[in-house]
Amino acid sequence: MEFPLSRYRNLTVLLLVIFAQLVLLAYQVKTNQDVRLIRVWAVTAVTPLARVLEGGRSGTVDLLRDYVLLYGTRRESLRLKEELGRLKLENQFLRNELSTAERAQSLNAFQSRTPSRTIAARIIGTGTGSNSKVVFVDLGSTNGVMKGMAVVTPDGIVGKVLAVYPTASQVLLITDPSFAAGVVSQKNHVHGTLKGQGHSTCVIDYVQNEEKVDVGEWFYTSGDDRVFPKGLPLGAANVVRTGKTFKEIFVVPSGFQNGLEEVLIVLEGVHQQIPPAQAASQATQVLPPPPPDPGQAENAPGLPSAGMATEADRLREQYKRIEESQGITFGVAGGKPPDFNAKPRAPVPAATTPPAAKPPAANPPATTPARPPAQP
Amino acid sequence: MTELSGQILLDRRRKKVSSRFRPWVLVAVPFAAILFQVYVPLFVQQLAYLELPLLVTVYFALMGRKPIAGTFIGAAIGLVQDSLSHQPLGMFGIVKTLVGYFAASVSMRFEVDNPVLRFILGFFFFFFHQFFHWVLLRALLGEALAFDFSQTLILGLLNAAVAIPLFHILDKLKE
Repeated sequence: MEFPLSRYRNLTVLLLVIFAQLVLLAYQVKTNQDVRLIRVWAVTAVTPLARVLEGGRSGTVDLLRDYVLLYGTRRESLRLKEELGRLKLENQFLRNELSTAERAQSLNAFQSRTPSRTIAARIIGTGTGSNSKVVFVDLGSTNGVMKGMAVVTPDGIVGKVLAVYPTASQVLLITDPSFAAGVVSQKNHVHGTLKGQGHSTCVIDYVQNEEKVDVGEWFYTSGDDRVFPKGLPLGAANVVRTGKTFKEIFVVPSGFQNGLEEVLIVLEGVHQQIPPAQAASQATQVLPPPPPDPGQAENAPGLPSAGMATEADRLREQYKRIEESQGITFGVAGGKPPDFNAKPRAPVPAATTPPAAKPPAANPPATTPARPPAQP
Repeated sequence: MTELSGQILLDRRRKKVSSRFRPWVLVAVPFAAILFQVYVPLFVQQLAYLELPLLVTVYFALMGRKPIAGTFIGAAIGLVQDSLSHQPLGMFGIVKTLVGYFAASVSMRFEVDNPVLRFILGFFFFFFHQFFHWVLLRALLGEALAFDFSQTLILGLLNAAVAIPLFHILDKLKE
């Protein structure tokens, strides 16, 4: 009798291979901590080749540009010299203009740069799979890169180091569906969780419908995830709508806006403050009130005396005049009611009756009589 | 038997001849396909949707006409692909194992040198690969991803179109 396993040899081998991989999968899902040796082998085998390919490509392109493609170089050189002279003059003018206006701004921007310690890395490959959102960078454990480090660009966050190999590191991009990070909105300080979706837009999850998030509002890392330092930009919300349980907020990451060729790996992150949101309209400078002309400000009727620039000051002055002209004292019960429709007497010139010479009243008036005294 | 079916179906009288490849071809071609998938999309992002490792798996399985060999080729290529992804090892491995096995089984009944059949098989196995991978992602890893049916169909056609010249080039590497 034929043994069933040898009769269905093909199917048996298929099932055994799949079963072995299922066991492998189950083992990994349970203890997903260390880097598997097969991953190290595969990455170590592939990334040096990718590096050599990239070096060869860039070298060939440079060689072609620098030595081979010289057609029209002389003519272009003459044209460029002329243009250079013109641009030098223009540049000198602009430099003078800018040096005064932007110096302070540039210094401030420089000072507000991140205090985190970073290292620049170059992207040398992508992950496998058509919807893969991982990339390989050319720095590994020998460069001090560790698993879990944040990866950013000057424009925003990019991802985090997923696995570290001796010569390369694998970076999980924030657009990957398995990515998550804590974020906070700039204006309303609404906390949420950034999640990738597998394409260019990310979603901010776990934001209650009652909380306020504006379209165009920027999101920054909150530092809650212990991966990204607080205060790194993520991007602006381009869609905000009310969902079933939580708000649906979609963000286009700003870190990818200038392409993704070189990134910064944050070796030592330092939390920063989230920059304050800019007001909708630009701040307008208001000068202090002009000094009064000598002998004119206090004499003119209806004009406030020196230092009385606000409406409250004018009202106070008006009530004082009513008090003096009608012979009443605000704040004292039993007197006749003041007539606020009567035209008050013009103020006495300061030169004739200075305030210090005025006799003190029996009951000193209230300093700011905002309303008429109560009737008995 | 019509003319078309005569071209596609293997006649019982015709001997099933499995193609033989040099060992370095069996190593270098899948490796190059994986390297292509890792490196080239850096410059042309659209080429990330080209599943060259899958097409190479299908080709070697079809030409080998041995289900066991197809199984192991698929498993090996899939596991290497898994190593370069962020998924647990075995996701692509299982899918490509099945693809290798079924492609080899199909080759025992059909004349797989026919370009039309190659196009159909390229499309079918791409769709099968993407769909089964999506099923595994949901079932084993619990990732709530949506399956983009129309996009997969279009990409399947594109990959099948690439498969015809690719298989033709790989035919030159036979012993």
